[in-house]
Amino acid sequence: MILKILKYQLRDVFRSRWIIAYVLFFLVLTDVLFRFGGDGLRVATSMMNIILIVIPLASIILGAFYLYNAREYIELLLCHPVKRHQLFWGMFLGLALPLVAAFAGGVMLPYLYNAASADAWQAALMLVFTGSMLTVIFVALAYYLALRFDDRIKGLGLALVICLFFTIIYDGIILFVIYIFSSYPLEKPVLALSLLNPIDLGRILLLLQFDISALMGLTGAVFREFFGTPLGMTVSVASLLLWLVVPVTAGFRRFLVKDF
Amino acid sequence: MICVNALNKKYGTLQALLSVDVEMESGRITAVLGPNGAGKTTLIKSILGLVKPDSGTITVDGILVNGESQYREMIGYMPQLARYPENLTVTEIVDMIRDIRKTASSRKPVQNDTPDMELWDRFGLDSEKDKPFRTLSGGNRQKVSAVLAFLFRPKVLFLDEPTTGLDPVSSSILKDKILAERDGGTTIILTSHIMSEVQELAEQVVYLLEGRIYFEQTVSELLEATGQTTLERAIAVKLGREPEMVTETGVAS
Repeated sequence: MILKILKYQLRDVFRSRWIIAYVLFFLVLTDVLFRFGGDGLRVATSMMNIILIVIPLASIILGAFYLYNAREYIELLLCHPVKRHQLFWGMFLGLALPLVAAFAGGVMLPYLYNAASADAWQAALMLVFTGSMLTVIFVALAYYLALRFDDRIKGLGLALVICLFFTIIYDGIILFVIYIFSSYPLEKPVLALSLLNPIDLGRILLLLQFDISALMGLTGAVFREFFGTPLGMTVSVASLLLWLVVPVTAGFRRFLVKDF
Repeated sequence: MICVNALNKKYGTLQALLSVDVEMESGRITAVLGPNGAGKTTLIKSILGLVKPDSGTITVDGILVNGESQYREMIGYMPQLARYPENLTVTEIVDMIRDIRKTASSRKPVQNDTPDMELWDRFGLDSEKDKPFRTLSGGNRQKVSAVLAFLFRPKVLFLDEPTTGLDPVSSSILKDKILAERDGGTTIILTSHIMSEVQELAEQVVYLLEGRIYFEQTVSELLEATGQTTLERAIAVKLGREPEMVTETGVAS
């Protein structure tokens, strides 16, 4: 049943204009970066900065819009013998999968026809993995918000605030903390703080992968020491997964008991 | 047949339904009426399982509504405003609903397996079948939604403002179909703002006011008791207000 809902969901999404625009955005950007003479590794590094801002924003806004627009449709389907949990997964995967596919396709295609080296491919795949995780996480956050708040202005506004918080304000807070407590050894607390932000987690994972942590100075060295180890990698991937599981579960529970 | 027993529902501090008891018999058209915010939608959505009531029980054809989805096999629903995925064509939407129904009913085959396409043919929807849903006019959307409601020969049918946006011809086709289904023993629940339509179709009126059942009567009883010839006037008199007042406050709607 989930697959049936998903099938029609995917057909609908893949025919919409915004998903095509989304693919083109990543495709053109990666292509242009290649043309500017970057090798695959450099392109991945530049793409990282864009992806870390664009993906959370696009995913959370599109996700919230999508679910608000599908409200009547959800009601209609729920009047058929469809179980709520089936419908939730159908709707969730129905948006998250196309977004991941659009992003992954758009980024990887230029790598294919530019015949990137193995190293560059590794970086690209890491990029796609992190980007996909962020997509799913922020779609999940959007779904939770859209299910929690019936008022779409409130839901969308909050989505925007959450996104800005994680992309900009959170880093500001970390900087502020570092500044205030500059006479204390702060590496460990900052390490812990960055686990609480999915975007920072993504950045750290990528930076270490691309071997440019030296750019971050002393902090980079500390991060390298921790996140570079198998334990650190496990912890960071685990926290990213936690970031995925918590909003999805919250949205799912909400969907099961919600009054439509 | 639908039995609603001591149904309560609160939205925050707003009491949407207050110990509502209703029985809707099969082979009859019951109109649920009341001013805006009286709880009509909440009542219907509770029966459909979209809204979870705080207390009380609902049974549809003897099956308790408790969050299970299987009973909805018997139900056809025509919403006031139908919105299907915008980029799917009309044919795809019909196929999708049939697909969804197929698995659900595979456990116990229904006696009437062939879908009821009578309305599709009579509305002449063949000319629209390859258009994406987003390009359809309001009337055509309404037609699609009517076809889908009747498609599986439901035992229970919910019609929320069914004739809104329909031209007179389509509207009559739909009304004929509704009456034919009623004669076939279907339980039909109707809401409408057009009192002449209610008078034409419904046998029973359930009038909600502020979350309570204000009265529940057959149309003929209501007309007789109030000495009026139209349902609109009869309800106005029943509510004990001047007819002019009624239109102003929208009570008759």
